[in-house]
Amino acid sequence: MRPSNSQWKAQLGASIPEPMASEIDVFENEIALRMQGKIEDRIFAETRLRRGAYGQRYDNGQRSDGTTTRTIVYPSTNTKGPGTLWDAPGMMRIKIPFGGLDAVQLEVLADLAEEYSDGIAHITTRQDVQLHFIHIEDTPALMRRLAAVGITTREACGNSVRNVTACPIAGVCRTQTFDVTPYSKAIAYFLLGHPDCQTFGRKLKIAFSGCKDEACALVRLHDIGAIATTRDSKRGFELWVGGGLGPVPQQARLYEEFVAEEEILPISQAICRVFGRLGEKKNRNTARLKFLVSKLGIEEFRRLVVEERKILPFDARWTDYLKDVAAYKEEPLKPAQLLQIGVAQPEGFAQWHQNNVYQQRQAGYSTVTIALPLGDLTATQLRALADISRKYIKETIRTTVEQNIVLRWISEADLPAVFAELKAAGLSTPVAGTIVDVSSCPGTDTCKLGIASSRGLAGELRTRLAAKNAEMDETIGGLRIKVSGCFNSCGQHHVADLGFYGVSRNKNGYTVPHFQVLLGGEWANNAGTYGLAIGAVPSKRIPDTIDLITTRFRTERVDKETFQSWVKRIGKAECKKMIDGFTAVPTHDEDASYYSDWGDPREFSIGDIGVGECAGEVVYPIDFELVACEREVFEAQLALEAGNVEKAGRMAYESMLHGAQALLKFRFTLAPEGADKIVEDFRVNYFDTEIFFDPFVKGKFAQDFFKAHEEAGKPRTAEKTHQLIEEAQLFIEACYSCHARMTATPAKVTA
Amino acid sequence: MDHINVKIFLDESSTINPADIVPVFHRWIKETVCPEVLIDVAEYLHVPAGPGVLLIGHEANYSLDNRENKLGLLYNRKAKLEGTFQQKLAQAHQSALTACDRLEADPAFAGKLKFNRKSLEVFVNDRLLAPNTAETWKTLQPELAAYFQGAKIEKVGEPRDLFRVAVNRD
Ligand code: SF4
Repeated sequence: MRPSNSQWKAQLGASIPEPMASEIDVFENEIALRMQGKIEDRIFAETRLRRGAYGQRYDNGQRSDGTTTRTIVYPSTNTKGPGTLWDAPGMMRIKIPFGGLDAVQLEVLADLAEEYSDGIAHITTRQDVQLHFIHIEDTPALMRRLAAVGITTREACGNSVRNVTACPIAGVCRTQTFDVTPYSKAIAYFLLGHPDCQTFGRKLKIAFSGCKDEACALVRLHDIGAIATTRDSKRGFELWVGGGLGPVPQQARLYEEFVAEEEILPISQAICRVFGRLGEKKNRNTARLKFLVSKLGIEEFRRLVVEERKILPFDARWTDYLKDVAAYKEEPLKPAQLLQIGVAQPEGFAQWHQNNVYQQRQAGYSTVTIALPLGDLTATQLRALADISRKYIKETIRTTVEQNIVLRWISEADLPAVFAELKAAGLSTPVAGTIVDVSSCPGTDTCKLGIASSRGLAGELRTRLAAKNAEMDETIGGLRIKVSGCFNSCGQHHVADLGFYGVSRNKNGYTVPHFQVLLGGEWANNAGTYGLAIGAVPSKRIPDTIDLITTRFRTERVDKETFQSWVKRIGKAECKKMIDGFTAVPTHDEDASYYSDWGDPREFSIGDIGVGECAGEVVYPIDFELVACEREVFEAQLALEAGNVEKAGRMAYESMLHGAQALLKFRFTLAPEGADKIVEDFRVNYFDTEIFFDPFVKGKFAQDFFKAHEEAGKPRTAEKTHQLIEEAQLFIEACYSCHARMTATPAKVTA
Repeated sequence: MDHINVKIFLDESSTINPADIVPVFHRWIKETVCPEVLIDVAEYLHVPAGPGVLLIGHEANYSLDNRENKLGLLYNRKAKLEGTFQQKLAQAHQSALTACDRLEADPAFAGKLKFNRKSLEVFVNDRLLAPNTAETWKTLQPELAAYFQGAKIEKVGEPRDLFRVAVNRD
């Protein structure tokens, strides 16, 4: 696309190390072959995903303008994947192992954001950087420019080992057992392109944490999570496996209390081999490691990994890096000097110091957090950060899973000067780690799967909460809010005090953006507890919902009670009551604002996610039935909370049955009775016909329903029941979506 | 030389809220008002001195750009064009002027928006072919002078920036 694309190879030449250089050459050739039609688009899609080149919203050429879904007529009719047009802009995900960056890398990211993207670099919830609106033909030049400064996009997407994350304050943290940086780096490059990681049915995510009780690395929501620990003064890791969020969130299980440091790479490799061999391949909805661990049970999984470990061919890389680990340390640029007390500081410094500055374990040094709005920063800001990092530190920069950036090793005496320079660059917002510092996935802004505007909501909340920030006490100020655009949980909403994920509802003949509200997830203890959904609220009422919940928490809190304990104490029924007052949707004539999403003036539509637009004037009985199903799921939660596991499981299952029956009634008026008949009719009419299929997870939600039916009446553990409730919640969401799609297609409505 | 950008600054008399351009750009997509294939709107008003609000197109982006805290209409040509530097510059400049006219006439801004067509910047969005150096300036200065006859033209920005010139007429 750009005339200079072909010249970057010659320009950068030897500065691109092997095998990165050959890798990019191969990809460039694959692009050329695809342009000539010599590679199937299905194959090309996986190829580009493994290089970090991801699809973006509207890349099927369909976009709702608020009235109708229109075709975007790109010059080329070629595709870069099934239903993905060649010329449609895409997203480039750039892997940043353990979030580590230096000044030159920041400058290159700035250049790329300006030249190929929209001038913005976006930090993700997994410490990656993303650039949007990239043309596929520009990607080899972009990759070469990154490779020349030691950054790869390889395996940033696709069924591969994704970015390896680690605490952003590893090495400077006051509570760490030891610095996990060299280990996370070693495993990231050891498994990159490793032959044992090329046959996964889905992605695999790894995280390293320096201690158990803090949250920084969120170990327990990862496929493989390692927490630094020691035994008899020897370094090792408490190893967790099979965690994950997404539609069916699961906490990781403890694999081993102590895996010696020299075993962390080979054991991880053995896990990858077991996953590659036994993990689900056909059904992507059950292909994550968590499903394999659940299916086999942790004991059997462990046995298989141990067996695999025994037969692994020796690899010197398992331990080669260890000889440098002891010597690994970051250095400060300036001598340690304490901040001068009593000296007048720049305006705003005190609040910034309180929220954004972390005193390191090394006396006289601090780590500064730059709280980025929605994880975004401009090319100019990236360059300013590069300058600051050269002037005050030895370019010791990291991204964080809260979509921020930290600068480590600032001599405390320099803090006022650093603050002043950050302020000049628009990077000194004093809200790091507070309720204002809302994280969000891309949602409907750019993600193909987004249902509601997570960034729009997060931006709105940030603005409103920032205005109140000064009046908020620590009780409220320290809460965390996380937003996802759909159930896939990229915004990590399960581990927030207040979590939200986008859904839609048919109201008054229109589709209305909503968010499911989750309360009481735990960020600390490496994502120790996941919150449960208590109900859906129209997008436009979420700020009011937050206001009410936080006000009640502040007034009813006993002693130093945490938000999680408070939610538990008042119970789910009371929590639900709090949101009930916000669920009503006025008619379009009364208030049209409910019918568009935050930051997007178009009338809301789910046509953007590849299904028909929903519009109509009729309120169907099914709308009421599905509300009843939701209530049943909620009652199942209450039963579980009260310790009545059997009742909870039964109610969750019955809510699914009810949802299926409602859909059948919608199409055939006469609904079948009896569980077996409902399941059978549902299978024939909704599953076999794929009418019920979700555009992303296909038949998963129906399969969950069939499984629940097969297991109905059998005893379930509390954990399994919890999972069934999650599945029932999503099944009901799928019933809503299915109904929305059908009402958008008159032929099916009258079938 | 491709990827020529032109940014025309707002007149000081303008009193608009930049967020008000979001629905206008959405309408431009709906009404297909530009010759380019228009795709989507991206809003970055939450970042200070940033790209503002962009109307993403295939051949070019239009935006209410706020870099250096100076609002202006930016036309960012992305697709390759045939022709001489002067022809490409004219295409970008004309497209930016047309967009300014269209915005000023939009009922959403009703007299609140005015562009100063005498104050603009020209960028080349390609560091390899046009680094922000004295050499690029030497090559392009005569072309720029010939196009913007009588205007004061100066190279601006630091070496890491895109090649950029400020063009001002009295
Ligand atoms: S949670 Fe959903 S909307 Fe958000 S990035 Fe993930 S898939 Fe997209």
